[in-house]
Amino acid sequence: MTFFFQAVLSGLSAGAVYGLAALGFVLIYKTTGILNLAQGSIILLGGYLFSSLALQLGLPIWLAILLSILIMGALGYSVERFPLRPMLGQPHLAIIMVTLALAIFLNAIVTSVWGEFAIMATPYFLPAGTIEIGEVVITLNLFWSFIIAGAIAGAFVLFFQFSKIGLNMRATAEGHEIVRSMGISVSAIIAVTWAAASIIGTSGGILTGQIRGIDYGLADYGLKAIGGAILGGIDSIHGAIIGCLIVGVLETLAGGYIGHGIKEVFPYIILVFAIVIKPYGLFGLERIERV
Amino acid sequence: MALPSGTFNTRYEQAFAIFRTKTHWAMLVGLFLLLAILPLVLSSYLLTVINIMLIVIIAVQGLNIVIGYCGQINFGHAAFMAVGAYSSALLMNHFGLSFWLCLPLAGIITAIIGILFGLPSVRVKGLYLALVTLAAQFIIIYVIETPLQWLTGGQWALRTPAPKLWAVTFDTQVELFYLIAGFTVLMTFLAKNLARTRIGRNFVAVRDNDIAAEVMGINIVRTKVLAFAIASFYAGVAGSLWAHYQQAFTTTDFSLMQSIWFVGMLIVGGMGTIVGPILGTMFITLLDQLVLMFTPAMAATFPMLTVAQISSIAMFVFALVIIVFLVWEPRGLAHRWEIFKTSYRLWPFAY
Repeated sequence: MTFFFQAVLSGLSAGAVYGLAALGFVLIYKTTGILNLAQGSIILLGGYLFSSLALQLGLPIWLAILLSILIMGALGYSVERFPLRPMLGQPHLAIIMVTLALAIFLNAIVTSVWGEFAIMATPYFLPAGTIEIGEVVITLNLFWSFIIAGAIAGAFVLFFQFSKIGLNMRATAEGHEIVRSMGISVSAIIAVTWAAASIIGTSGGILTGQIRGIDYGLADYGLKAIGGAILGGIDSIHGAIIGCLIVGVLETLAGGYIGHGIKEVFPYIILVFAIVIKPYGLFGLERIERV
Repeated sequence: MALPSGTFNTRYEQAFAIFRTKTHWAMLVGLFLLLAILPLVLSSYLLTVINIMLIVIIAVQGLNIVIGYCGQINFGHAAFMAVGAYSSALLMNHFGLSFWLCLPLAGIITAIIGILFGLPSVRVKGLYLALVTLAAQFIIIYVIETPLQWLTGGQWALRTPAPKLWAVTFDTQVELFYLIAGFTVLMTFLAKNLARTRIGRNFVAVRDNDIAAEVMGINIVRTKVLAFAIASFYAGVAGSLWAHYQQAFTTTDFSLMQSIWFVGMLIVGGMGTIVGPILGTMFITLLDQLVLMFTPAMAATFPMLTVAQISSIAMFVFALVIIVFLVWEPRGLAHRWEIFKTSYRLWPFAY
């Protein structure tokens, strides 16, 4: 039973960090209807950038975090202009392929700057050590990454609900024509959305780096978050977070009870079942379209 | 379908024919002559490149049936190819079946797996289906590597004997070329004919508007699942050829990246045409070879570039090609070819 609680707690913190990556998916999907499969590569680039800034340039940790987040935000902002803007309203396959091409492009940047499958030294900033709750032992970096991920997600939800830009984003999600007629630039909002998604994804990547180190696997981590996003409903913000928590816990439990290898594919297994049983997820908006 | 100037159909057989004019027949004979002569003049390296390209054409031809004709997105094609490769290799290694039995059996086994992952297409479409097939890519490779490790050898290379026909063992590049080219021609011909039958028309109807297709009495469930089954059959055949061509392969040959390459080739070539997969595969292979060819020159001109930087050039080029085609020519090279053909047919008249 101790093992069970142990797995649940570490799964929750893994899920919370997935949640940050998933928020990026949901945000872009909500405002533009684009499924951004480049999210994993954005996270990869962000993580490598952070490691490089902190260790190779020797910047203080807080500055490295800030700079990598800002650079990735700027990248997300510029991605909207090209190649995404000409793709608005194109078929799903074309849009998904463009984001995949973007992913390959970003991977190529990572490969050419840092080398193929380079393993980066991780600048750890979360406190080391463990805390004990009864018999359950939790490492402090898991605990703190859970807290920080929760705080970032909470701050983001507040931003999305109450700020002017957040309001514009939500309006854009409803429909582009109306927003345009209200004098809001849709492309500017979409660019901001991409920037926000990149920022959230990058912060998720930096946090994941604290748990599992920064290496090429960050891209897979970013892609796996899509399982949680689908389970919670691809157009629901709180759904994505809850879905990711569930995926994180189930993944850790499966890894513990079945075998470590299944951890890597478990989010995808959940994804298939979620899509077959409840395609719009637990909290997603159901668009009935039966064929 | 526009006919060339001065050609008229006077019988139904003429309207049905794939090869209508003397030019068509001449080109067909020319193609076979070219295929016959090619291995005798090309270097062994170029022949290797072309052999791999021919196998990939079969795989992309299958992908074209499910994406191009039936409009169901599939990002797991390389994993289906892996199913074909492993089942063919294991059938041969464990049961001693001949290659000529392994190949169709591998196709059928892959088709069954394809049906399994195609079934969600009955419930969801578009983006959700893309995600299911993306998940299929990861799940299939995981199942091959971990739960079936006792059978497949996990991440270790699986050895496969060369195919045999009576006394001939296909183990040189030239012999393999004839074998693979034969299958590529056969599978392309089958795909061309499939597209002209009722099944193919059903696929197109479901792609263009599934509700209208349902109203017209097309069984959508059967059509979609059939598209996945046929596409997976093609992947299985390509995988089987791959296994016996390479004679030792691992799951890394069938990664997600490979699936993305297949879709990329299809997009560059042009979806929903038979000539598209061929043109697209040739274009990407050519591009790949060009990059490889200029790599030493690049390394000599810019000595400050590292090996990793030079090897990532191919990725940059591929990503840019995909984006450029999607933005400026989403209908692919096949569309350009069609434009050329139309103007050629009407020549010497302007219209």
